Amino acid sequence: MTSAASVLLSAARLECRRGRRRLFSEVSFALPAGRALLVSGRNGAGKTTLLRALCGLTRPEVGEVAWRGRAVRDHRDEYHAELVFLGHHSALKDDLTPEENLRCALELGGDDGAAHVAATFERLGLAACARLPVRSLSQGQRRRAALARLWLSRARPLWILDEPFVALDAESTATLAGLLRAHVDGGGALVYTTHQEIDVAPGRTERLALGD
Amino acid sequence: MASSDSGNHAPGAPRRAAAGPLWLRYAAPVAFAPLARRMTPWFFAAAAVLAVAGLYIGFFVAPTDAQQGEVYRVIFIHVPAAWMSMFIYLVMAFWAAVGLAFNTRLSAMMASALAPTGAMFTFLALWTGALWGKPTWGTWWVWDARLTSELILLFLYVGFIALQAAIDDPRRADRAGAVLAIVGVVNVPIIYFSVRWWNTLHQGASVSLTAAPKMAATMLTGMLVMTLACWMYAIGAALWRVRAIIAEREGDAAVEEQSGTERGGRTT
Amino acid sequence: MWRALKGIFARDLALAWRQRADVLSSLVFFVMVVSLFPLGLGPEPATLRAIAPGVLWVAALLSSTLALGRLFAGDHADGTLEQMLLAPQPLAFLVLSKIAAHWVAAGLPLTAMAPLLGLQFDMAPADIAVLTATLALGTPALSLIGAIGAALTVGLRGAAVLVPLLVLPLAIPVLIFGAGAVDAAEAGRGAGAHLSLLGGLLAFALAGAPLACAAALRISLD
Repeated sequence: MTSAASVLLSAARLECRRGRRRLFSEVSFALPAGRALLVSGRNGAGKTTLLRALCGLTRPEVGEVAWRGRAVRDHRDEYHAELVFLGHHSALKDDLTPEENLRCALELGGDDGAAHVAATFERLGLAACARLPVRSLSQGQRRRAALARLWLSRARPLWILDEPFVALDAESTATLAGLLRAHVDGGGALVYTTHQEIDVAPGRTERLALGD
Repeated sequence: MASSDSGNHAPGAPRRAAAGPLWLRYAAPVAFAPLARRMTPWFFAAAAVLAVAGLYIGFFVAPTDAQQGEVYRVIFIHVPAAWMSMFIYLVMAFWAAVGLAFNTRLSAMMASALAPTGAMFTFLALWTGALWGKPTWGTWWVWDARLTSELILLFLYVGFIALQAAIDDPRRADRAGAVLAIVGVVNVPIIYFSVRWWNTLHQGASVSLTAAPKMAATMLTGMLVMTLACWMYAIGAALWRVRAIIAEREGDAAVEEQSGTERGGRTT
Repeated sequence: MWRALKGIFARDLALAWRQRADVLSSLVFFVMVVSLFPLGLGPEPATLRAIAPGVLWVAALLSSTLALGRLFAGDHADGTLEQMLLAPQPLAFLVLSKIAAHWVAAGLPLTAMAPLLGLQFDMAPADIAVLTATLALGTPALSLIGAIGAALTVGLRGAAVLVPLLVLPLAIPVLIFGAGAVDAAEAGRGAGAHLSLLGGLLAFALAGAPLACAAALRISLD
């Protein structure tokens, strides 16, 4: 099942530091299509740093990240065309509406799907506030507006999500977990962190514990 | 100890530093620190000897200038300092660029270590220029093209030092400083040219600080000896400072441990 | 890629429009700095005519440096900058599009305001035309050079003080040729040489600054 050909994302002996403190070292994994990787660890273990290193935002001190067997560092644009990363920050502009924000994000990523923006907001229960500035939204609504991007980026095979379930109510959590499962079922790869211990794809999730 | 060891070598090649050729071995900061410490006193000693000799030639041997009298003797400090101020900026940008391109930490540290020395020489050049200007031009400061460029160079040094000081993460500080140094070095010719242009438009031909009609052989000797002294001082100061930077970043323990084994290896 | 560049440009202009108080305040700063000089130096028309190019240019330089804080800070705080770094387009072009929008919101209003202030300083109409031309060429160069400083200091505590320290020395050639052109025009020497040098600086900044900015942003967000 994990034949070398189907491996999408792999990391070899990653080490990251913050200042003089070593966050983690010797982190290696190979993530094939149709699998999820759940990164766990206590606060400050370097979960976010690992995710940023996998995206190519942070340069690891040692080791290398590869996408489809090629070093990410040398094929940045091709890699980024296949990646969605949602971090702690929502990447929403307070002065724009969720709809404008989403259209900007799609344009920036070069995604199509602007036609489905309204339908996506409908599904996420955001239809009523799609035309209000983001600053007037609640924390949960903001979170959903930021996650709406995932519904419109389904063609991208790799999703890297930092705490996607934070600030979501039970219903939205279930909706999101369903979307993530569908992504993995459809042959995508998923890397995520969560405090809530939600396994979106039972049986197809590998676990990586940082810091012990 | 493994914990103090694994971080000291180039990424991806944990053991290369110990096994490779000599220059590569000393490219690892912790291996370089004891070497720097051993060499620093020699450079400072050479600087002191050369400075004494140069100043002696400059102040007692060289003849009095026919037009400017004794005041001109300040050029034995001013001219080498001005040369050094520009040259050190180039060297600093070079090390910074090497550090950025090859991700070598020691070269980035060299760049940071050179900056204060370069700023000091720039300041010295400005100060001695003013000392010379007062009796010669009757004013402490003239908006002469050279002095103005030197002042802008001081601003560039200050910007580099301030940027590195403002960033807590040493890796980001190194790399951000490198970008600034490279942008600065690309701009230095443009700045110099524009200041020259501005100066000729506004003042016409001005008295040049270094255009002595003809330089006696002893004057030239004194100047060259002083330049060498400045070189030795700059190298010594940079080595001394780079050792301090290594100790701060890698932890004193790692440096001491390494120099201990180094010394042990020498005596056996 | 064109769509992404247009998208960033349009979004930044829309944001600038919704936060127009910021744009207005740096414009007011420009007008106030310029207006302080007659108060400090006396209202003698000959003096004012002589200092006008320098005063207007220094004020424009300070005002555009002041506006640089807005360039990346907002995008950094809300995570948009991260997404820009992860976009499949070359970062240098995305940055260029941001700088272009920033210039429209910061440099263009200065350029448009300058003729009025020139009148206050009793400048001749032909000299005012030259002044406006130099600002039209020079303020984009200032935005480009300044963007490097803004990119290097993104997210730092002392960024507001640090940016001028890094940027002003690099902006000196623009100041010299910009103010010099107006001076030359007033003295009847013709501003052609200055203007072409200013254009050369702009072309050089256009080619180099986005690359330096992109490198600086990747470092700053590491």
